[in-house]
Amino acid sequence: MPEETVMADASAMLDLADRAREADAPHSPVVRFPAHKPLRLDAGLDFGPWQIAYQTYGALNADRSNAVLVCHALTGDQHVINTHPITGKAGWWETMVGPGRPIDTERFFVICPNVVGGCMGSSGPASTNPATGMPWGLDFPVITVRDMIRAQAMLLDHLGIESLFAVVGGSMGGMQVLQWAASYPQRVFAAVPIAAATRHSAQNIAFHEVGRQAVMADPEWRGGRYYAENTSPRRGLAVARMGAHITYLSDAALHRKFGRRFQDRDNPTFSFDADFQVESYLRYQGITFVERFDANSYLYLTRAMDYFDLAADCDGAAANAFRGTPTRFCVISFTSDWLFPTSESRAIVHALNAAGARVSFAEITTDKGHDAFLLNEPELFAIVGGFLEGAAKARGLPAK
Amino acid sequence: MIMLNRLKYDLTMAEAARSPNGSRVDLLVVADMVEPGARVLDVGCGDGELLQLMEKRGIDGRGIELSREGVNECVAKGLAVVQGDADTDLEDYPDDAFDYVILSQTLQATRRPREVLEHMLRIGRHGVVSFPNFGHWRIRLQIFFGGHMPHTDNLPYAWWETPNIHFCSIKDFRELCHATGAKIEEAVALNAWGSRMRLKMPWWFWNLFGEQAVFLLSRRNEAI
Repeated sequence: MPEETVMADASAMLDLADRAREADAPHSPVVRFPAHKPLRLDAGLDFGPWQIAYQTYGALNADRSNAVLVCHALTGDQHVINTHPITGKAGWWETMVGPGRPIDTERFFVICPNVVGGCMGSSGPASTNPATGMPWGLDFPVITVRDMIRAQAMLLDHLGIESLFAVVGGSMGGMQVLQWAASYPQRVFAAVPIAAATRHSAQNIAFHEVGRQAVMADPEWRGGRYYAENTSPRRGLAVARMGAHITYLSDAALHRKFGRRFQDRDNPTFSFDADFQVESYLRYQGITFVERFDANSYLYLTRAMDYFDLAADCDGAAANAFRGTPTRFCVISFTSDWLFPTSESRAIVHALNAAGARVSFAEITTDKGHDAFLLNEPELFAIVGGFLEGAAKARGLPAK
Repeated sequence: MIMLNRLKYDLTMAEAARSPNGSRVDLLVVADMVEPGARVLDVGCGDGELLQLMEKRGIDGRGIELSREGVNECVAKGLAVVQGDADTDLEDYPDDAFDYVILSQTLQATRRPREVLEHMLRIGRHGVVSFPNFGHWRIRLQIFFGGHMPHTDNLPYAWWETPNIHFCSIKDFRELCHATGAKIEEAVALNAWGSRMRLKMPWWFWNLFGEQAVFLLSRRNEAI
């Protein structure tokens, strides 16, 4: 049995309890909205009471003009540059955010909320339903990217931040960036959607459906009521993560990292053990993911991405979402990203051009696939840094 | 792609004539043709030198650039530049989106100069085009006596590696303007030292002695 499996099994009891606590009482600031301040959902209901957890870094300036909202991706959370409360690992975007980084916390006040539907302290299927005292499970309403942004806008209202200097995010975070600019153009000075799209493609919906079916096929999922039954669809969620993880990489990156090399052995075992390094790596990715993530949240958030379609919300043309926008955009894609390929970013640029927006677009050469936005890509940092520098000048923020 | 970038680089860093304050003379001539406060699209903006020059003059500039290196350099400078191809991406821009569309040392590197010029005057009310004049006497001499494709400071490439696939002379370009219905509002020729040929000369003189040309165009029947 690979070493990682042993480790994961030992922590199985711990992480269930940790995760349940994190969903209601997170290790980060949280704003609780009472029932009379509900979150209006696209599904057609007012949801409340509800809560949103967030982290902040840096300091808000006197005229409240230096706030940067960072939007996390599908399986990310608000812990951008601090140690993760469950895994103990470093933050997920320490390369991009921090003192002297492109999103410089010595200049900007960085806010990152956990999305609604998530499992790190914002209302989601793992949160306690006040009516039953048990986690919501599938009784939690289906949410959309627009709902996430509406929730974040209410958080900013609560924090007294009327206008954001910038909104930045990759993948599902990039969808949120676009939705922010579409829903609240006057509140967004600059927008940086990275490896994103104006809508989720059929292929991506298909991948998500495979992931959801893997979760729901696990007998421990129990129709989403695994919290009450003290089970956890670990295997299903791990398989979902393994499949998804392949889509975040690229053929070239997998070959460079693993090739056909064997894992801790010189010959094949003629069994279904993880003979190959790439198998061992994927199993590890699956196992570590279930330690920190709620399976139902995975269903809800993949669904929110599937429903994302800016054009459908605006008479069939994504350009209508940005008509007359005052926001300046910097769209970024990666050459080897086949999940959100450059053609999707070009479609964003096309829509923005048709709307007369001020837009920059850069495609970065890398073999690291979709995940490149989270990795050490000096060109990405130069572009985001340069774009924010130019925007800061236009906004009248003090020079570096 | 890399070659076009190299062309821009060469022009920027070495051969192009510069004014006392360090700006490329051909870019100054282009910038002078643009009204302050205008909305401008610079097609083939290279490393963004012209855009920066125009932004200093209060012009709202956007750029398209083929080479990834050029785009990324521009964006890192805070310029609004997208990666794209003049031959294929101009059709995505709506009519009248800009006051001026600029082709600075770009036209001769496009595959279909006529279509590019037509899109230019559809997207913008005015167009500014600058290009190396293939009718210059030194080029004529090199072909006539040398019997080979010309090499000059502005045209440093061997024929098999040049990004410039559609050379034209000033005379040729005027014919293209005529064919596409573009109206020539103003034309400036730069001599071998990069300075403006100020005297009002007949076209054949410019075609022989102008090393580079800059044209301000508009749609026919539309006053500047």
